[in-house]
Amino acid sequence: MASVYPDTEMPPDWKPVDFGTPPGRSANRVTLEIDGRSVTVPEGASVMRAAIEAGMEIPKLCASDSLEPFGSCRLCLVEIEGRKGYPASCTTPVEEGMKVRTQSDKLGTLRRGVVELYLSDHPGVSVTPDGHGDDELLKLANKLGVTGVRYGRGGANHQDAAVDDSNPYFHFDPGRCIVCSRCIRACNEVQGTFALTVDGRGFDSVISAGTAEDDFLRSECVSCGACVQACPTEALLEKDVAQKGMPDRAVVTTCGYCGVGCSFQVEMKSDRVVRMIPYKYGKANHGHACIKGRFAWGYTNHPDRITSPMIREKITDPWRRVSWDEAYDYAAARIRAIRERHGRNALGCITSSRCTDEETYLVQKLARAVLGTNNVDTCARVCHSPTGYGMSNTLGTSAGTQDFDSVERCDVILVIGANPTDAHPVFASQMKRRLRAGARLIVADPRAIDLVHSPHVHADYHLQLRPGCNVALINALAHTVVEEGLEDRDFIHERCDLEEYAAWREFILQPENSPEAVSGASGVPAGDIRAAARLYATGGNGAIYYGLGVTEHSQGSTMVMGMANLAMATGNFGREGVGLNPMRGQNNVQGSCDMGSFPHEFPGYRHIAIDSVREIYEKEWGVQLDKEPGMRIPNMIDAAACGTFKALYVQGEDILQSDPNSKHIAAGLAAMECVIVQDLFLNETAAYAHVFLPGSTFLEKDGTFINAERRINRVRKVVQAPAGKADWEITQELAQRLGYPMRYRHPSEIMDEIARTTPTFAGVSFEKIDELGSIQWPCNEAQPEGTPVMHVGEFVRGKGRFMLTPYVATEERANRRFPLLLTTGRILTQYNVGAQTRRTRNRLWHDEDVLEIHPSDAETRGIADGSQVAVASRMGEIALRARVSERMMPGVVYTTFHFPETTTNLVTTELTDWATDCPEYKVTAVEVRPASTISEWQRGYLDAREARQKIAGENSGESAAKT
Amino acid sequence: MIDMANRIADYFQAYPEERAREGVLEHIRKFWPPNMRSQLAVYQGTGGDGLHPLVAWSAAQLREMEASPGK
Repeated sequence: MASVYPDTEMPPDWKPVDFGTPPGRSANRVTLEIDGRSVTVPEGASVMRAAIEAGMEIPKLCASDSLEPFGSCRLCLVEIEGRKGYPASCTTPVEEGMKVRTQSDKLGTLRRGVVELYLSDHPGVSVTPDGHGDDELLKLANKLGVTGVRYGRGGANHQDAAVDDSNPYFHFDPGRCIVCSRCIRACNEVQGTFALTVDGRGFDSVISAGTAEDDFLRSECVSCGACVQACPTEALLEKDVAQKGMPDRAVVTTCGYCGVGCSFQVEMKSDRVVRMIPYKYGKANHGHACIKGRFAWGYTNHPDRITSPMIREKITDPWRRVSWDEAYDYAAARIRAIRERHGRNALGCITSSRCTDEETYLVQKLARAVLGTNNVDTCARVCHSPTGYGMSNTLGTSAGTQDFDSVERCDVILVIGANPTDAHPVFASQMKRRLRAGARLIVADPRAIDLVHSPHVHADYHLQLRPGCNVALINALAHTVVEEGLEDRDFIHERCDLEEYAAWREFILQPENSPEAVSGASGVPAGDIRAAARLYATGGNGAIYYGLGVTEHSQGSTMVMGMANLAMATGNFGREGVGLNPMRGQNNVQGSCDMGSFPHEFPGYRHIAIDSVREIYEKEWGVQLDKEPGMRIPNMIDAAACGTFKALYVQGEDILQSDPNSKHIAAGLAAMECVIVQDLFLNETAAYAHVFLPGSTFLEKDGTFINAERRINRVRKVVQAPAGKADWEITQELAQRLGYPMRYRHPSEIMDEIARTTPTFAGVSFEKIDELGSIQWPCNEAQPEGTPVMHVGEFVRGKGRFMLTPYVATEERANRRFPLLLTTGRILTQYNVGAQTRRTRNRLWHDEDVLEIHPSDAETRGIADGSQVAVASRMGEIALRARVSERMMPGVVYTTFHFPETTTNLVTTELTDWATDCPEYKVTAVEVRPASTISEWQRGYLDAREARQKIAGENSGESAAKT
Repeated sequence: MIDMANRIADYFQAYPEERAREGVLEHIRKFWPPNMRSQLAVYQGTGGDGLHPLVAWSAAQLREMEASPGK
């Protein structure tokens, strides 16, 4: 007889096997017999794990190998010789010589009974139009031959319970829920947010997002989707799956958002993306994701996508859609004319940290080999350029020293100027898991970021310093270590340059570097500084994780060196659990830096003045190359304003919105004669462009991204770009029009060229990445499979070099006119300039930039929560809404720069890092007052922007979806 | 530009004089494009008002190098 729960779809073979419970971690092996077969697994594994690893099937609903065993569904019952009853295999550890039966008539009867009971309070059909859809209960019913529910459905049930569809990406239907707690455990164990609970008892038990008034959207839930992925019954299900149906194939690729670089299965139904599931074997994310990566990909087919090239004579003209040929010819003719009149140094390029390594490599090659200039820069200028300078000088190379998994061996975590739960959420979950397991935490940040106090995670010390005092603080920490004799002398003697160390030791012991001396200026009690230093130096493996709160300062580079000094002094390099780790902002900012995007260096961080390096590229590219450093982005803008810089090719970067001092950037762009913007959307910079070349998203091309742990991950094309071309193809065709023979057939050939010319990439190829899953550079003869932890045994530069780190207070100071300090950053649901996330349903969480201000600062200014305020600095004035928040310290205000309407960077300071020109976004003196309208400049900007986004014959302009 | 150069000097002045001078000079040669180096050299040649002594020394070196590029 056919089951009423027909098996119309076998589980697709691309779904990774779920082994039910985590693997045993012991080195001891245990051998047992399951269904007559001898099976050997590590001690500590469950019977379920052992059986499934051996290829047997055990029915289960509440178990998943990403979660600790729970034993609630009673479907995985087995018989064990010599034991009474029917133990749950998920909660029973294996024992030597154990004899297990997973199948018997009795077990079948018991299991069918359980499924029948579950089905008596379940709709019995999938939400999707495809057979069982994602419902494991229905699949089990079919497999076990459950043919109906004898109890009927007339009794008390939850079938009329209200569906919570407040979250824009998924729904929760209590009528399908079997209260197995997989969602709760995913939220607790995997994500670490603890947003869900079981309300009520017995029959009344329901999964709840918190209080009686809470729904998913308004609860603590961060919409990471771990619960949705964990749910076995479609009670929690992606709305896209409910609407479009179940995917039928999947392609593994890499997320296009932050520097964590999560691996995803893009799940497709015919040629449409249905959902993104974090890839279980992704080495950066181990099957976890955040709201952006999992859900916020709707921008890829947003109506604002530009689908054909466009040109215009003047930036005041409307755009004209043209063929690719016409756009290339137009761009090439302008570039040639400018080069003839003004020389090659009037030309420049900006590479993109959102594009692939191969694409970035091609843009810098275009600048150096085709345009003949080293005027090439990238957005790392405004984020992690000080990391490059600071780490190169102390350690010898510019990259995080560890892999993410290293945090699992860390005893003391020092987070400085980073907000991982918002900006790097998936790594934050891994960090929180380690903290819950006992690691200690020190946070240095002007704001009480979520890590300071969140469920089951509390910072031992929150060093709440005033913006601009990082170097004073790091010096005081190091001073304490040295003064109190907490250094790792063996490490220093063996691994570091002792002459430099002696000079540094003398410097750091100077009284002005003592905690007592810097306490006043930094606002951090000296006792806390000393205690934190002792903890970091003596608490076991100490690791530093830092972000743009370190680099985006006038002393960003000094601070990076200061942290390297501290880590060297305490011996925290060269093994798992330690190190100095920059949290990279954008998906491929590491890669864009690695690929030679800076005006002074070739790929692999080699200075252009080194003859032997230049010769490699002169031979490979067949041209003579300039040995003088080119201009950085701010230099290009300055030169443009002076009339000596004329043409800029910008790939996937919006300098007008993201870079400081918007007025100056706008004036520089307006003075250029040829601005070529290659992007997905008409971004802010495009308002000043003459040529627009429509680019591709991460779903629309092949290539690689490199994440914050130097991991080279594959990006795989799953759909065609609306305008038909991947970004590397566009750069290549433009180069051809400029008379240079660039003829790659596939990005793998570009990677082959990178490997041929860059020692740290010598062993990298697409073939090898496909084989290994991912590779962490350096990958060469000595390290053929890559390098998870750097500086083992020896620093890249040989001996570690202590650098002096004098604290020089920033010139940007609060004064009577501008008494508050503004710092800027990002939040969980939005990303960078927002071009992608603003065009998704993430707007439901964050629809505008708001100004966070401490209650006491708000009160003295008559500012109420939610009211409109004006923020004025020396540079300009903007208006936005205020949020009164105790996360701020008095005297400091905070906002984001995700929305172009806010023009946040109108007010940010023009001061920059002394070594790298990275802007000091984190310190701008401002005053805040109540306001009723937006500022005059904002109004003028928005009007001009609308006019400059016009496309001839179309009603265009940004139509960002509101929901 | 003067400010930018002086802030480089603010960093290197923590070192003994000779190393500080070389540090400033090397930094400017390594990271500044030729047009900015020339501007700095010219400015120093016309009096160099407001330049940190370490920058003034470096700018003088730059001028000499420009005068005899083989060096």
